[in-house]
Amino acid sequence: MDDKKTLGKAMKARVQRRSVLKAGAAGVAGGMLLPGAARVAMAEDKKPLGAWPAGSDGDSVFVGLTVDLTGPYSAQGAEQQRGYELAAEQINAGAPQVQKISPLLKKGILGKTLKLGIADAETKPNTGVQAATRFIHDNKAMMIAGSTSSAVAIALQKVCTREHTPYFTAISGSNETTGVDCQRYGFRVGYYAYMACKAIAPVVAKELGKDRKAAYLTPDYTYGHTTTESMTEFTEKEGWKTVTNQVHPLGAKDYSSYLINIANTDADVLVCVAYGADAVNAIKQAKQFGLLDKMKVVVPYSSAFVEKELGADMMEGALLAQGFWWTMQDDNPIAKDFVDAYDKKFGGKPRDSALYAYLALVLWADAVERAGSLYPVDVVKALESGEARDTPVGKLTFRPEDHQANCNFPILRGKKKADMKNPDDYYEVVEIVNGTDVLPPLGLLGCKLGDYV
Amino acid sequence: MPSMSLFLSQLFNGLATGLLLALISTGLTIIYGTLGVINFAHGALFVVGGYAGYTVYSLTDSFVLAVAGGAAVALAAGLVMERGLMRKYYSRPPEDQILVTFGISIILVEIVRGIYGGVSLSVTPPEWGMGIAHIGSLIYPLYRLQTLGIAAASLLLLYFVLYRTSLGLIVRAGIEDSQMVDALGINIKRTFLLVFGLGAMAAGFAGVINSPIVALTPDMGFRYLVESFVVVVIGGVGSFPGAIVGGIIAGEILSLTAMINPQYSDVMLFVAMALVLIFRPQGLMGQEGRE
Repeated sequence: MDDKKTLGKAMKARVQRRSVLKAGAAGVAGGMLLPGAARVAMAEDKKPLGAWPAGSDGDSVFVGLTVDLTGPYSAQGAEQQRGYELAAEQINAGAPQVQKISPLLKKGILGKTLKLGIADAETKPNTGVQAATRFIHDNKAMMIAGSTSSAVAIALQKVCTREHTPYFTAISGSNETTGVDCQRYGFRVGYYAYMACKAIAPVVAKELGKDRKAAYLTPDYTYGHTTTESMTEFTEKEGWKTVTNQVHPLGAKDYSSYLINIANTDADVLVCVAYGADAVNAIKQAKQFGLLDKMKVVVPYSSAFVEKELGADMMEGALLAQGFWWTMQDDNPIAKDFVDAYDKKFGGKPRDSALYAYLALVLWADAVERAGSLYPVDVVKALESGEARDTPVGKLTFRPEDHQANCNFPILRGKKKADMKNPDDYYEVVEIVNGTDVLPPLGLLGCKLGDYV
Repeated sequence: MPSMSLFLSQLFNGLATGLLLALISTGLTIIYGTLGVINFAHGALFVVGGYAGYTVYSLTDSFVLAVAGGAAVALAAGLVMERGLMRKYYSRPPEDQILVTFGISIILVEIVRGIYGGVSLSVTPPEWGMGIAHIGSLIYPLYRLQTLGIAAASLLLLYFVLYRTSLGLIVRAGIEDSQMVDALGINIKRTFLLVFGLGAMAAGFAGVINSPIVALTPDMGFRYLVESFVVVVIGGVGSFPGAIVGGIIAGEILSLTAMINPQYSDVMLFVAMALVLIFRPQGLMGQEGRE
């Protein structure tokens, strides 16, 4: 349906232009009756879009990465960089690991070497946007990827849509990224607030009881607000009460006054929506204020490395959702490939930030191979075609209507220190959530994708 | 309506947070109040102190040594900074001073990130600071109570050094007229070096004292730099007692606003700063006309 409409539009544009510029309306109308001739004309008609065709001419393809190497989410940014580097290495080598995800991948992308440019988005939307614009204009980037803050991700997918350059989030938890703020050229690789909250609510209700009273710590921006909204909605359906919501600025260091407010209520569950260094500070201080002795910790959208930063003692018994946990390799050979390759290259176990970064490059490369071209519209349509790929988080497809990935993710429980079998063995997997079961119905979050051109 | 016990709890927390903020901003006050330099590297020196303290703490298991080590490393960084660059900037316009200290702060933070990485590090309170204190209905971390005392004691000590000794006198005279002080046979350059080092050391000291409360990240200094500026502006730029008053006011604003609506606590902090700038630009305790 969409295709037809666009084809029609393209034809109309062609007619208008040609009728003025070339041989005359009659001749063109005649040409249109012949399918073969029309197709040739279409190919000629691909106007330059974004950095195309300049970015696709040489024997290498440039991809611009906007990772948060500084700011409250810098640990995630560094982890994403590792994921991108691993993917690029495997794509350029035509490694068997990536071929299991995309059988179409040979060496490189369409035979061209993949080159990465890395910029620090500083966890700030305008810095990210400047970096992406530089990548597209100066380096002729054919794809942009990377984010931890949804505020940055949304700004990036807007600018990339304006520049007709496919953009992939790495981490972006806000409902708005593929909801009201969705964009034709923006794709979210991973799970997010709505999916996480819908999945974790029944689990925490089963584990902790149905009559719990929850206190929220919410960072004051799109991710925080939408996550708290979804989490209250789904836990209240399970019978929980929301006692207080403490909204704090992103990057806050001192949570004492919020924690005193929480201690003053009869809440018995601390729902920590804070992410990254904020989550570490919040939970660490909650422990100091004695809150963890009487409250259970639930983290509906948990960041990589929180467990390492806080230590097993503080995370013991905490229930949380995360995009990926490395023990998922036990029943998924593709996850095992990924975990092994990461461990070999960097040492240690990968977290969801690295996986989503890795997948963004591989799935984009796969779409380019399927499209047979780097022409942005063709690549976006290839991504929208609903082709499923086997990944470390199960079969993954992008929904054509909102560009949200349908993928699986785990619900985890913090292990006792004594039960850890190796230094990265912080969690046991309570459940692996099937993405299809928790995706919102289409249209619920208000996504309207714009035009291709 | 918040209950009385919550109000008292938040009032107390505001005082504790405020004194800690005052301690954190002292380094900024010392350097500005005496040398007239707005030190944008203050937050970075705070971070350097915190991380150096972390290393000493994990090597020796002694928090006291960690505090000494963190302060010493920040002092060394401050001395190098002064001898290498800042000395050339005393007579230059403030914009130049801001730019050069801002540049130094980026370098320091990236060095820390290079050494320690971006994943946050956790410092546990010393053994004598572990546990929880019950004050009426308020449950308060013991270590935070102790920082109240540590902050008060260090602020008092610094006040005496800067305002009740000849060192302080020389420095303040040197700022008014460095040529005259020089002519009196006093090595004013060395005094300036000492003061800059002292300011850096105060930042590093606060960095270690604060480290058991927060998670150490290379970027944490920026937020503290901003809060320190607010404290200093409210209290009176360069005024040492002002920094204490400013710290307590800032702490109370953060705490009491959070009691009513946490979302507005940051906003109210800046509203207070704006009001001070409009109605008393020299700050609550600052002297008019002092440059």
